[in-house]
Amino acid sequence: MKFAIAVFSPGHAPSSRRALLFAQAALAGGHEIVRLFFYQDGVHSASANIVTPQDENDVPAQWREFISAQRLDAVVCIAAALRRGVLNDEEANRYQRPAANLPAPWELSGLGQLHEAAQGADRLLCFGGD
Amino acid sequence: MAKSLLIISRQAPWSGPSAREALDIALAGGAFDLPLGMLFLDDGVFQLAANQQPALLQQKNLAANLQALPMFGVEELFAAASSLAERGLGADGLALPVEVLDDAGLAALIDRFDQVVTL
Repeated sequence: MKFAIAVFSPGHAPSSRRALLFAQAALAGGHEIVRLFFYQDGVHSASANIVTPQDENDVPAQWREFISAQRLDAVVCIAAALRRGVLNDEEANRYQRPAANLPAPWELSGLGQLHEAAQGADRLLCFGGD
Repeated sequence: MAKSLLIISRQAPWSGPSAREALDIALAGGAFDLPLGMLFLDDGVFQLAANQQPALLQQKNLAANLQALPMFGVEELFAAASSLAERGLGADGLALPVEVLDDAGLAALIDRFDQVVTL
């Protein structure tokens, strides 16, 4: 089965961990993930500046490692990210901000990517949200 | 055939970016001519209250953006009767032309769409 996965909560929220575990289990079960889409506070998981205490589960780092290892398409909504201070080099330059915190493997793009992923998937799964 | 998507908006317009971010999903999908519906549920029905003055809270007015929904081809608009009643909002005089649904209608609505996003 093809899954599109949307994450609306930050890395420290239980729903972000559940999304990660689901995504790992889906691939382990032979399914396909057409895209991960990070929206609302989910964009914080893409920040390279998150420092998780040593004795806690570092979910943002696990997302990064999982996405890189599996070569997944991981899109961060650009409007939601700008609002929350998650910028790549290009946006940091554009808005003259002192630092960028969105390295590869994450990609900044628009909400059309969520719709495209949903159209191309058998299931759209959303984690978090109000 | 394109998959249909129901966007369920559950937050008041003044409670943070959620209402606007739910609306943005609808407007983005409308721009691609996708079959979309939008349901205002729980505190989301406050987005439909007429004559709001968000400037008093130093907030931007969401109403103008909501009015753009039909222009973007998002014409299937719904509100939950129970959510309106619980918040003292009448079904008449709302800021958008919505179809008001009882709880059985909500279940049928959610069932009718291929995919659902709740914000």
